[in-house]
Order: sequence, then C-alpha cells, then structure tokens
Amino acid sequence: MTPPTERSTPLLDAHLVVDRGAFRLDLPLRVHAGEVVALLGPNGAGKTTALRALAGLQPLAAGHLTLAGRVFDRPDRRLHVPPERRPVGVVFQDYLLFPHLSALDNVAFGPRRHGLSRRAARERAARRLAQVGLAGQLDRRPRHLSGGQAQRVALARALAVEPVLLLLDEPLAALDARTRLDTRAELHRQLADHPGATLLVTHDPLDALVLADRLVVVEDGRVVQTGDATTITTRPRTDYVARLVGLNLHRGHADGHAVRIAAGVALTVGDDLHGEVFVAFPPSAVALHPGRPDAVANTWPATVGGIQRHGDNLRIDLTGPLRVAADLSPAAAARLHPVPGQTVWAEVRPSDIRAYPTGNS
Amino acid sequence: MHPGQQVAVGSPGRRQRQRVPLPLLLPAVAGLLFLVLPLAGLVIRAPWSSLPQRLAEPGVLTALRLSVQTATVATLLCLALGVPLAWLLARVDFPGRRLVRALVTVPLVLPPVVGGVALLLVFGRGGLLGGWLDATFGVTLPFTTPGVVAAEAFVAMPFLVIAVEGALRGADVRYEEAAATLGAGRWTTFTHVTLPLIAPGVVAGTVLCWARALGEFGATITFAGNYPGRTQTMPLAVYLALETDLDTAIVLSLVLLAVSVTILVALRDRWLTRP
Repeated sequence: MTPPTERSTPLLDAHLVVDRGAFRLDLPLRVHAGEVVALLGPNGAGKTTALRALAGLQPLAAGHLTLAGRVFDRPDRRLHVPPERRPVGVVFQDYLLFPHLSALDNVAFGPRRHGLSRRAARERAARRLAQVGLAGQLDRRPRHLSGGQAQRVALARALAVEPVLLLLDEPLAALDARTRLDTRAELHRQLADHPGATLLVTHDPLDALVLADRLVVVEDGRVVQTGDATTITTRPRTDYVARLVGLNLHRGHADGHAVRIAAGVALTVGDDLHGEVFVAFPPSAVALHPGRPDAVANTWPATVGGIQRHGDNLRIDLTGPLRVAADLSPAAAARLHPVPGQTVWAEVRPSDIRAYPTGNS
Repeated sequence: MHPGQQVAVGSPGRRQRQRVPLPLLLPAVAGLLFLVLPLAGLVIRAPWSSLPQRLAEPGVLTALRLSVQTATVATLLCLALGVPLAWLLARVDFPGRRLVRALVTVPLVLPPVVGGVALLLVFGRGGLLGGWLDATFGVTLPFTTPGVVAAEAFVAMPFLVIAVEGALRGADVRYEEAAATLGAGRWTTFTHVTLPLIAPGVVAGTVLCWARALGEFGATITFAGNYPGRTQTMPLAVYLALETDLDTAIVLSLVLLAVSVTILVALRDRWLTRP
C-alpha cells in the first residue's frame, strides 16, 4: 500500500482525451502497481467517461493509454484495443451481474472467456467467492443476493480475470448506509491484496479518503487537484474540494502575516507568505457575536443567510464581504439567537487559519 | 390488450369511483360483441355430435399435420434468419438502417396474395432466382411443401423480427459491455449474455410467428397452390370445405380457433400483461 517512488515506471500511464459534444475530458493519469487512486469529482465531471475510456468502452479522441508497457490506445496511430482484449477488470456502479447466471457462473464467466476449462473456471470462481466470504452463496441468482453480497460478487468477478488494472465505478453508491460501512472496510482489505493498479471513481469523499492512497480531483473534465488524503483535506484548492472536506476557502494576496481577501477584508494568519494564497478554515473556527467584538484582527460584519442543522450544531451561511459557513453550538446559538437577515460580527482566530500558496505545491 | 385489465392490476381501489361515459361505453361494448360474436357463432353452430368422426377424417388430420409441420419449419427458418436481422437492426448503426427496418415490416401490411405473387416472380420457374435454383440445386419452390414454408416464413418473419428487435432495444446494453470487459467477444456475448436476457421476447416473437404461419392463407394458395397432402394447410382446407361441406369447414375452423386460444393463454403471462 505504500506509494512507490516517483521514479519507478507506473503500471498505468495514460492521457485520456475524450470529446462528447461540448464536454471535453482531458485527464493525465498514472497509477503504480499496488496503488489505489481515487478519481473524485462532482456528477458530470467526466469520471465515468474516464473509466469507460480505460476499459476500452469509449474510444479516445487523442492522448494515449499504456498498461504494463503495452499500448492499448493511440488514436494518432489509429490503435484501439477492444475491451475484451484488455487486462482490465471493472466493477460497475450497479454491478451488472448477469441475472440469468448464478453467483458462481457470474464469476466463472471471465476465466472461461480467458481460455480456462469450465471446471477450472468454476474452481477459480469458487475460490474467489470464498475469499470475499460468499462460499455459501455460490448457487444464488443475483436477484436473491443482498446489495452487499452483490457488490462482493461483482468484485470477485472483476478480480477473477486477474486484471492488471482494476476499475471501480462508485462501488458503494448502491448500498444503504449500514451495509456501506461494512463493505467499505471489506473492500479496503480486498484492494490492498490486489497486486495491480486500482482506479476508483467516486463522488463520495469518504470512500476516496478511506480506500485510496492518492486522490485525483476532477472538475469539468480537468484535474483540479491531486494528492494524498492529508493534502486534500487540509489544503483544498477549489470550492468543490473545500465543500467536500468541510472547509471555508478563500483566495487572497499575502504580505507577511496579512492576507487581503478579494472583497476587501484582510485576515491575519499564522503562516508567513507573500503573493497569491489560499486561506482555509473550518466552520467550527468561526465565532459569531451580536456586536463588534473586542478583538481587532479577523473580525468583520456579516449577514445571516441560511440556517440548517449540522450534526449537533447549527450551520449558518454568512453573506457580506465574505461568504463563509459557521458552526454554532446549541449554547452559542441560544445566546445569539440567529435569524436570517440579522447582522452579526464574525471572528476567526489566526491560529485556526491555514494559508498556502496558490501555485502548485 | 385490454386497458381494463391494466386498471384492474394497477389500481383496484380506484376503479369503483370511475364512471365510464356512455359515448365511450356503447361503442366499446359494440366493438367487443363484433369481435366475439363470430367466434361464438362458430362454437354454437359446430356439429358437436359428429365432431369426433369429422376430426378423424384422413383429410383433416393430413391438413393439420402439414400445417403444424410447415409452420414449425417456417418458424425455425424465421428464427435462424430473423434473430440475427433483429440484432443487426437494434445494435449496429449502419447507413439506411431506417429504410431496412421499414422494408422488414412491409410483409406485415402487404396483402398476402400480393406476397404470393411476388414470391412467384422471384422463385417461380421463370423467376429471378427460381431458374437458377432449379438448374443448380434442382430445387423447385412453387407448388411444393417447401414453397408453403417459404410463403409462411415470408409473411410471419416480421412478427419475429419486430418482437426480438423490441426486446433487444429494451435490454440493457451495459450487460454486454460488462461481458466485453470480462473478455467476451461480440459473438460470445450474443450467445451467452444477450440471448438469455431477451429470451422472453424471443419466445413471444416465436409464438406469434408460429401462429401467423399456421394461419397463413393468401400467400400460400398463390405461391404453393392447394394440393391435399402437399400444400393444403388447414386454412386452405377450410376454404375448400366451405364450398362442399359447411360442417367440415366449421370443425376445421374450430381446431384453428382452439390453437389460437391456446397460444393466447400461453402468452398471457409473458407478453399480454406486460405494461
């Protein structure tokens, strides 16, 4: 699971360019052996298109796709290897288990197509299903499997062809919350055992953070940020990522410890920086006061926008010079008694703000 | 299909409050009577007492056997040619696909007699292919039992193609994509994934096709003639009996009616109750 050094050759080396009407996917992608990469992004960002391109179900308009040193896509040389001749296994979003085949025959389907005898294919399938804890469900048809079991059969089916590249499209999206928790842990174990490269497509940040070694965030067909879980969660670079990880994000110009935010508000931060920077702070770090507080730094007048429950707290959307989300504890909310349209003073302590340059870190 | 049946299945509670306006109810009942009365007349006028003897007449059994045999062979022919044709129409985007689809359905609306004439022009002795078939393989279609099969297949195949193409369009192509990612080529995917998925549609199409072939009259009598034992199928026998012996005609018709009703009952679950 440890990410290999940057110098080793990646197992998957691709630059996926796909045109679909006005939408263009332009995604460079490298995944090393044993590495799990999550492609994270909002709906319509092009994640599934990328997965289909890797599987060979969607031809590339430009770019290239190399797996374990073999070229599978080179549009400029009119080279496109069809899906059935790629060493790729796919777990589809709603699994797409063949409804007319038992769990065992679903998993044996791939090995059989790869030249194994019926008997050998079924033996391998039975082994795979035993590994995911389904030794007792071999003869069940997909419609008699629970959501979690179907997910495991789908994973076993994709892994039974021993793929160089394993692709998972929203592997947990079809499950209810309770099953999702168990299945996520189980999936994590299975992915750790997979010696090849793994690419996971998801819009759920939790799935991405738990399952992947590295995250690639895509928006509108382009990569907006890459990094490990810590980088992504502490240093978001777009509003989308900031929302995902629950941070307020603003862009400003730093001059030492003072950051001038575009709207004219200046924040004092702990980091000493110069030039264009991002500032990020959690909603829980924002304190609200009915009147102007005594502290001089990092206070500004704001208007209460929306109010929602957020776990045990209230989440207040503030408008004004800065659009910021603030979390109020029940006690604080009782004291302030916020109503939409009310003017309040917001305050953030410099130590709660993280500032980092906008340039590539 | 009965709309009333769907209401009954969909919302039994609401039917109570539904009042059917008379301008709709009267023609509806009249239409129903118009469809059912002739069939009732057939049953009422049937010579029930002499039915067993009449059924046992050699001519009747011969016609029935020939009908079942030719309709079955014609259906197998339609399956062998029609399922691939339906797949082509549903899955391959080729230029002129809409025109081909329209051409496939022409036999549905073409008067069968015209179909028979057209078959004669192509497969007749002096026809486009008939002379060549005769010279090369020694095969003659007109006025032979294979000619009956050809006439029935010509008229019945669109039913199969349309049913199977509909099933293919309704089937989720992503299953085929999943099969491809598991290493299955297009042919294997078709036989191992697509066909099992659309099996209900193929069955429905096959039964409809067989029923249509069994009842075929116009194209058969034009292209294959009316020779007892060779080309005289049940509908032709009914037509011939009508001129000599009405009771025999009724009995033969009853047999065909029984076959049709059996097919409808067999199909009811899979096909007719589908929303």
